[in-house]
Order: sequence, then structure tokens, then C-alpha cells
Amino acid sequence: MAQRLIRAICIVFFSVSAFAATPEATVDARATRLEEQLRCLVCQNQSIAESQADLAMDLKRQVHEMLAAGKSEAEVRDFMVERYGDFVLYDPPLKTGTLILWLGPLLLVLGALAAFFWRLRQRRSEPAEAVPDAAALARARALLDKKES
Amino acid sequence: MKAKALIPLAIFIGLVAFLAIGLTLNPREIPSPLIDKPAPAFNLPQLQQPEAQLKLADMQGKVWLLNVWASWCVACREEHPVLIDFAKRGVLPIIGLNYKDKRDDALGWLGQFGDPYTLSIVDADGRVGIDYGVYGVPETFLIDGKGRIRHKHIGPLTPEVLEKELLPRIKELQGA
Repeated sequence: MAQRLIRAICIVFFSVSAFAATPEATVDARATRLEEQLRCLVCQNQSIAESQADLAMDLKRQVHEMLAAGKSEAEVRDFMVERYGDFVLYDPPLKTGTLILWLGPLLLVLGALAAFFWRLRQRRSEPAEAVPDAAALARARALLDKKES
Repeated sequence: MKAKALIPLAIFIGLVAFLAIGLTLNPREIPSPLIDKPAPAFNLPQLQQPEAQLKLADMQGKVWLLNVWASWCVACREEHPVLIDFAKRGVLPIIGLNYKDKRDDALGWLGQFGDPYTLSIVDADGRVGIDYGVYGVPETFLIDGKGRIRHKHIGPLTPEVLEKELLPRIKELQGA
């Protein structure tokens, strides 16, 4: 979490300074930001920014060229999705196919909360400790009296 | 009370079922969004005759296979005899896409292991590969007479894949 925060801050600062720099640097910064959001398909747990795989290098070149040619980030992202599917995005879009992905955790939390409150209610309706009947009380008292005497 | 005691067991069995399904899936096989879409256009030099080119439109009206290969690709060696056998049956044209390879290496490879391809085209910098969503060589695309991708197989072709996955689809497309 902390690491993510630091990274987010870095991205903000670097991108701000990049906008003040030359257009070439702007393309670089935008490309890097975009590459961090694209999954490398050969080494699936890395983004193409992190990966040194051959395909990742080619895709980085592609991102650079498209941005340098004046394409927007959204256009580059669409280009990748058209070819490799939603899987290339680390942040997949919300649609019917990805509904479980997005709503699954929420459903799990709701399920757990429901189970918790159901259990609480059940406990409350359980009778408190049973009151012993009169005969048992009399017997207990008799035992106690015997001891005292 | 008894039914309640079974709840953890039921959850456990559910988890095992998910795990079992997960283990049979191949996370490297990413479904291509290009299935049933028009094949991306290309115009590439041929491997054997670099002056001559082949473009997508040249294959119009034919059902054909596009097989992505490279001399540096280990799994392609495994696949190669299967392709050679299949080519002998002459079912359909097989176009090789020589992906990010050196010309001499590619020609040497075909000389050594045999050439199953009707012809091979050269994608030296991998741009056409990107258009086709290639991420792991070998890959095989089945393209119909209208130039649409109908099937994609990722990884080496085996006799079983040919018989069960490709041939039924090829027959259906050729019959249509």
C-alpha cells in the first residue's frame, strides 16, 4: 500500500515536471505511464514497462511510435485490447464478462456480513441460562443447610 | 446441529472444486479477441524470394492456415514434423509467418528440417505479429475465404490438435 502511494506520488511529480520539458520527454513520460498499465503477455506478472521480454520491447516501441504520432492514450489502449484482449489491461473494464471480477469481492464481504449478523441474532434469541426447577433448588438448599450444621 | 457441522466441509469441497478446475486451465492461453473478425491486412516479402510479396488479399477465396514460426523457437521444432505430415495431405495452403528471425537462419532451418509451407513470408520486426496478437510462437490461425480468422491455436500443433481442433473446422469452412 505504502509502496503504491509512493509510486503514485512519483508518477504525479514526474509527469508534472515532464510536461514542462520538451515534447520528446512528454512522449516518454506518457509512454511510461501507459506501459505500466499494460500487462506483458509473455511474463504475465509484469507490466511491459518492467519486462525485458522481446515482445514487451516491441510493444513499448509500438506505444512510443503511436504517442509520437499524436495518438491519445485511449487510442493506444484500444489498439492493444483489439489485438490481445482485455487481458492486457491491469485495470480491466466493467462489462458482462468481467462482472464477477468486479462484484465478486463485494459479494463475499456482503455474504460474510450477512452470516455475522444472522449469527448474532440467533445468539440473542437463545434463552439465557435455564432457571433450575423448584425441586432442584430445594435439594441444593438442603445440601447447603446440612453443611452448615 | 448436524447439518451445521457440515458447512465447513461443504466450503472446503467448493474450494477444492475451484482449485481442480483452475489446475486444468492453461493461464498462458489467452483467448484472442480476433476470432471471427477480419484478419489484419499485411503485405510482406516472401522468404525464398525477397523481391516478391504476399498480401492478405492474395489469399481471398481460400481457406488457409497462417503458421507463425521462427528458427529460434524451440516448440516449433516439436511441431515441425506434424506440419510436414499435414502438408503432404494437401488439405489446404499453409502460409508460414517467419516471425522476428534472420533470413539465413530461417532458410537453414527449412533446409535442415524440411519445408511444409506453401510459402513463407517475413515479419522481421514483428509488426504483423503484433497486429495478429502473437505472443508465443508457434501460433496457428485458420482463416476463411472471406479473410476472417476462424480459429487460433496457441502452442505447437500435435496430431491430436489437428484431428480434433482444426480438421473439423477446415472441412466445415471448405464445404461452405
